[in-house]
Formats: sequence, structure tokens, C-alpha cells
Amino acid sequence: MEQRKKLQQQNKPMKSEENKSLAEEKTTEGFSYFARVIGELGTLTGTNDKLNLLSHFFSKANEKDRVWLIALFSGRRPKRPVNASLLSLWASEIAGLPPWLYDECYHVVGDLAETIALLVPHSETHSQLPFLFEYMNLLSELDQKTETERKNFIIENWRRMDTVERFVFNKLITGGFRIGVSKQLMINALAKTTGEDASLLAHRLSGHWNPYQVTYEELVLGKGEGDAYSRPYPFCLAYALEVPASDLGAPEDWYAEWKWDGIRGQLIRRNNEWFVWSRGEELMTEKFPELLPLRGFFPDGTVVDGEVLIARNGVPLPFSLLQTRIGRKNISKKQLTEAPVSFFAFDLLEWKGEDLRQIAFKERRRLLQALYENVQHPAFLMSPEIIYSDWEELTEIRQRSRENGSEGLMLKRKSSTYQTGRKRGDWWKWKIDPMTIDAVMIYAQKGHGRRSNLYSDYTFAVRDGDKLVPFTKAYSGLTDKEIAQVDNFVKRNSLEKFGPVRTVKAELVFEIAFEGIAASNRHKSGVALRFPRMSRWRHDKKVEDINTLGDLKNMLKIYDAVREEQTRDARED
Amino acid sequence: MLIEFTDRGLYCRQGEFYIDPWKPVEAAVITHAHSDHARPGNNNYLCHDRTLPLLRLRLGENNYQSVPWNETTFRNGVKISLHPAGHIIGSSQVRVEYAGEVWVVSGDYKTENDHISGAFEPVKCHHFVTESTFGLPIYNWASQKEQYQLVQNWVQQNHENGITSVLYAYSLGKSQRIIKAVGELGLPIYAHGAVANVQEVLRNDGWDFPLVRRVTKDIPSEHIRGNIVIAPGSAENSPWTRRFAPYKTAVCSGWMQVRGNFRRRNTDAGFPISDHADWQGLLDTIKLISPEKVYVTHGFQSVFSRYLNESGINAAEVKTEFGTEEEVATTEQTDEV
Repeated sequence: MEQRKKLQQQNKPMKSEENKSLAEEKTTEGFSYFARVIGELGTLTGTNDKLNLLSHFFSKANEKDRVWLIALFSGRRPKRPVNASLLSLWASEIAGLPPWLYDECYHVVGDLAETIALLVPHSETHSQLPFLFEYMNLLSELDQKTETERKNFIIENWRRMDTVERFVFNKLITGGFRIGVSKQLMINALAKTTGEDASLLAHRLSGHWNPYQVTYEELVLGKGEGDAYSRPYPFCLAYALEVPASDLGAPEDWYAEWKWDGIRGQLIRRNNEWFVWSRGEELMTEKFPELLPLRGFFPDGTVVDGEVLIARNGVPLPFSLLQTRIGRKNISKKQLTEAPVSFFAFDLLEWKGEDLRQIAFKERRRLLQALYENVQHPAFLMSPEIIYSDWEELTEIRQRSRENGSEGLMLKRKSSTYQTGRKRGDWWKWKIDPMTIDAVMIYAQKGHGRRSNLYSDYTFAVRDGDKLVPFTKAYSGLTDKEIAQVDNFVKRNSLEKFGPVRTVKAELVFEIAFEGIAASNRHKSGVALRFPRMSRWRHDKKVEDINTLGDLKNMLKIYDAVREEQTRDARED
Repeated sequence: MLIEFTDRGLYCRQGEFYIDPWKPVEAAVITHAHSDHARPGNNNYLCHDRTLPLLRLRLGENNYQSVPWNETTFRNGVKISLHPAGHIIGSSQVRVEYAGEVWVVSGDYKTENDHISGAFEPVKCHHFVTESTFGLPIYNWASQKEQYQLVQNWVQQNHENGITSVLYAYSLGKSQRIIKAVGELGLPIYAHGAVANVQEVLRNDGWDFPLVRRVTKDIPSEHIRGNIVIAPGSAENSPWTRRFAPYKTAVCSGWMQVRGNFRRRNTDAGFPISDHADWQGLLDTIKLISPEKVYVTHGFQSVFSRYLNESGINAAEVKTEFGTEEEVATTEQTDEV
């Protein structure tokens, strides 16, 4: 029992640090402070509380640590110095647990960093930890070390940390600070701390910068903006239209175009250099060599906003083809022929070095049209304007979105300026209703994050004769209450266990909604869906009533036929 | 086998009685008053003295017989005695002996002494039936003192900001511990009806808990503001809770050890305070008793029994209907019972 007492002291619950108030904090130094802020941010429910906590960090923490917090929260994660399976192996080793038991824990916790944080016993003495930036440097040097050296470094640090610190340290290694703080919230906190304008800050933080080198002053206060010319403007984002379009007022005040399902991007020509940025602020210049020839047509000081799409003869092709291009470093010749990209331009943000964002959309569009007419390159297309006279007509046109390879309409107020981020009122996306199919759940797996230890990730099947063929997974669409009910069903109706996956009695029927369908030879069913989710729990339907593989193939045929025809038409034109 | 695992519950054929049966039987020995262990419809109940008034509260009048801990009764030659399980008030392990064979059915148990439920007593036996609610190595509790300190700090800070602290805790068991812990702060404590009912029964049974006031419509809101409200988890997100604005909420439950569980509750705080043994507590107990065989019931039974077997302890997984009742009722794995 003596030993037991010790153990209790060692394993402080994660909440212990998180519930401390800011007033109680004695130290605002080093990694411990960063870890406490991260821990607390994950539990705060009020936006204002989060804002205050971040703002406190931005005024108190070491300046280099501030830069790293900005980097991590805007998705600038360094390369993983150690992979997840090694971390898991070392953790189970020092916790004295067999690997299978470690795996069970992982599936219940649903988060690798947290699993390790909970399992690793740490030493009694809690020593002063280095700064966050020092850890980042140490971690980046790990890839030049031997595996034993890496292991020693990681384990030694696990042992000297408390549970929250260990959790955050692991997150630095595994990446992904998805803890309920949006980039915008972080920018607002910076604005509050520095008194600088939020959209100016958003611009400074966009694009390419190196958190190992840049100073807080350079990054946030804009001192010495050497490579600022490479940066994209913060993207203007649209809200989903939830009211009838007629509520927007006079149709002539609005400009309509197709909503494309590709990668939103900006083309930038400045200082005689060429940049292609994604909305996720990833530099994609090298990924899309097809767009490179456009540089010759763009005068210096030009920024165009639009969508990167796979298209042939100006007709967009399914998103699944674009997926073959994302995440590849080296693009093969085959890919370039099979999945060539084009840029569908819809806005002009800078022209001859002048920022156009404050002038009206209508005017920007006119200038864009002029640029387009000069470019004359098949990879540069104008996202066409949809001509309509009243809302009724536009509603009808919207029904033809899919035939046009789009997922609905975009409505933009003709008089609007180009806003930073998601602002309500000037840009609306008006998507078409998704396609749906009724399917039965056959496998379930426990979720992650706030769905840990809950069966929330499901695989669905359609009928094929007397067999059930799995065709998609879906994770979203159910309410927390429904998930709890399904979780309960899974626990009572598991048939077999394959690692974390349970096969369950084929009984629960759901309507699966999706935005697109494409042929796939990687899937047993022969199809791959775009954005599948559970749109309804069909309590009224039995497994006999679900759709068939034939139904799914029919959808694919119709969907493909339209595209084929379009492509052919375009070629003939 | 002296105890059989049947579809009505754990059955002692020789003594013709069941322990915590989930279907009505002639004679039932009840480990404790939680609803998945003490169910209605049995003709005769045997329980601990402290459990008796709680059974009356929850099941109404029945044929009850109650005994103190360590007192022996006989049924058809089978020796039965109750021993403290440390889970909630009156919670008992049932020791059953016949012809030299000893079984202990632990019900739910907690190894750290909460100074309310009675200190858990390890009882030597050949066959030990254990729960496994938190039978995973990620579940290791801080000491009770540390746990309480966190709750007290949180309540105190809310109080200083003029904010009411709403603490969600299971009405029987967790609530009493929380009332005792926050009672040290000397702030007025208000209680949801479900909690107030239990407190009333306990007070009549001679327990001396800090005074709690039942929340009623005629209590002016400024009396409650900045003070403490104890409520069952079912009151979460209800209009009942919203009347306390401005308030902050916290869940007191062992499940709060894992962030995901806490985050989906959407409360302001989560305190991992449990009435069940943690991983180390389960292991220490089993090593101390060193039975010939361990039967693992409700919780992580397959994981825990596999681990025991790999550690050289003969163990088997047993399917029961314990630990499920509340999950169904609230469709959330939150109230440990």
C-alpha cells in the first residue's frame, strides 16, 4: 500500500493544472507555462476566456515561445522527429505494459499524446523545464541522432514532466493542436495584446515564414518584412445560405457563379517571382507545374483568387482525381496527363501592385476579365458569371449544378469589398441538396477527441443479392444523443472484434448523404463518395429496405455520363 | 461451484439465494443500494444496516433484513457475512462459505477510505468476484485529499467572482462525498430534489452531514448566487440548471480522467473523483487476497481478465447486468453506479 500512495501522487489527474486560475499562476516561464495554457484552452468553453488566456500568454511568455505558439496554432508543424509507433513502444515499455494493453488504452483514450501522458509514470521531482523554443530546437535536432539517443531524450523528458506537460510535449512531437482555438481567435488575441489591426495581423501571419528564425517583432509587429511579397492575402470566406435567396433583396445586386469543388488558391506574381498558395496557406507552386506558364502573362504585382480544379477542355472533373495530386511531392508524367489542373479565376485582389480589396467586387471582376482576355492559356479559365433575371430562375439554374461539375452556387454582393476571413453578409454559398442512399451499419470503431471511448465511426453497406457490401465510412451527422444510442447498440450487438473494430449486427439503417460519386478500384464496392455523412437515422427502415449496389452503380453511371457528355461537347467546341 | 452465474444473477444453489439479482427472486442479498445492484420485485432482501433506509427510499416497503458488517448468518448451512466495500454508504462485499469453500462477491468497491462508506476490507477467499469499471491502466486516481482540494479551489474561486458552482454528482454516493468536501468551505449548499431526498433519509438515519437546502421555487436567486448547488448528472443542460445564472458547472466522475469524456460533457470543469477502485487499486486488492480464481464482472472485463491471466492469476470474464442500468437511463457513460 506504501507503493500505491506513491503512485497516486505521481499520476496527478490532467485536470489538476487546468483548473488553476490565472491569478494563481506563479510562473509564466518556459514550457510549463505553455503546457498549462494549452491544457486550459482545451477545457475552456467561453470564447472570451480563451481570448484572455491567449492574450495573457502573448504579453507574458518568452518572445520566441510566442512565435512558436503562433506557428503551431496556424498549422506550421515541424516534421515529426519520432514516429507514433516508436513513441507507443517506448511508452508501453516504461509503463511495464504489454503492447496489446497499451493498444486497448489507446482506443479508449482516442489520442496518442494523451494515452502516453496517462500511462507513463514520472519521477517525484519536478524539475524546471526549458522554454518551448528550446524544446523545438532540441526536437528538430533529433533526426541527426541515433535511435537510442532519441529514445533517451524522449523518455527522460516524459519522466520529468507532469501529466499535462507530458501531454503537450507529445503533441509537439505528433502534431495537431486541434483544441478548440481557431486561427482567427488566435489572431484576435494577438490584436488585443498588440493593438494592431486583426486583418493586418492575419496578412502578416499568412504565407511562408520560418518559426525557427523569425522574431516576434518581425512576425507580429512587421519589423523588417523582407519576404512579405510572397504572401497571399487572407482569404475571404463564405457562409452557407440558410434563408431563401429572395431574402437577399434585389437580384440585380448579386452576382452568381458556380461553386467549385477543388482547392481554393491565390496566384501571385510579384518581384518577378511566382507563387501558388492554398487556402490552408500551403505553398503549392511546385505541385501544380501546369500553372507555371501563366506567370508570363501576369504583369508584376498581380494576385488572383480562384479554384484549382482538375479539368479537361475547361470542364471540371471529380474531386477524387484532384486527391491523386494532393500530398504528392513528385508529380509523374502519368498524373499530369490523367489529372491535369486548371485555375478557375473569380477575383482579382491586386493589380499592378495595387491592393484592390477595398474596391467593389463588380469593379474587381471587370479588371479580372481584362486580365483573362490577355492571358490566352488553356490552364487559366474564368469562373463564368451566371446570368439570371430573378431568384426563381436562379433557383432553377442551381438544380443543374451537378451537370456543370459544381456543388451549387456562390452569391456575391456586387458592391462588396474583399473581406478577411468569414464575415456574414456579402458572400454566400448556396449548395445543392446532396445525393442520398440508405445503408446499414456493419462495422463500428471508437472515435477520437471528444468522442473518445464512444463508438462513433461507422462503416456502411448496401445490399448486393444476399450479401452486404461495405461502400463508405461516415463519422458525422448524428447528434451526441444519437451517438450515445448507437454506442449502446454496438456494445450490445458486437459480433466480432478486429483490433479496435467491432463487426455489429446489421440492423441500424441510416441515410447517407454525399456530394459526389466516382469510380474507384481501391474500394470493394467500386465507388468512392465525396463528403459522406449520416443525414438521417432511418428508424422506420429495416435492413431489407436499404439500397443496393446496383442503385449506387446507377448513380455513378448518371453522374459520369453527364461529365462525359460535357467533356465531349467542350472538345467539339 | 458454490456461486453460479445464471441469467437471473449470481446464485448460491446450496443456500438458495441470489446476490444482486437482475430478475426477481425469492431471496436476494444486496451489496449496495445503486439501481443496477438493488432491483425491485424480490420477496426477501438481506442487506447492511446502513443500506436499509436507502433501499426503502428507492424500492419502497419490502421484506428486509439487515445486518452489521462481520456478523454471520446461515442459510441452509451456508455461512453468509457482509464486509465493507468502501463504495458508498452501506456498500458491502458478500462473503459466502460452505464446506470449506469461500467466495467473496465484492459488488462495487473503492480502496481509498472516504471516511463515509467504511474502509474497504480485503477478505481472504478462494474465489473473488471483482468489478472492473476502471480496469485500465490509464485510470489511476490522485489522492482524495488532492481531488477535494481541486473542487474546493474551484468553488472558492467561483464564489469570489459571484458565480454559483453547480456540481454534478450521482445522488447516492458521490454527492455525499462532495457535500462533505465542500462543506468545509462554510458556504451554503443547495441540492436538487434527488440529492435532497437522499440527504433527508441519511439525516433521519443519524448521519451528520453539512446541512443542504432543497432548491425550491421560493428560494430567492440571490441567496444561491455565489454558493454551491449539488445535482445529479441528469440536470445538466436543463432549464432547472439555467435558473442559477451566472453559474459554472463541473462533473465529478472517474470518467473525467480522459479529456474526450470531459469535453463532450461541455461543462466548465471535470474532476476525476470516483467511487470505484482504480487500476492499481484493483490489482493491489487481488494480489493481497490472492484467491485461486478471479471472476471479472462489469467494466473492462475482457481486458482486465486477460491481463490477470498473463500475470499468472487465474481469471475469467463474467457477463452480468451490472454497470449498465444507468448507462441506458442517461445514454451516457457518466454516472458510475
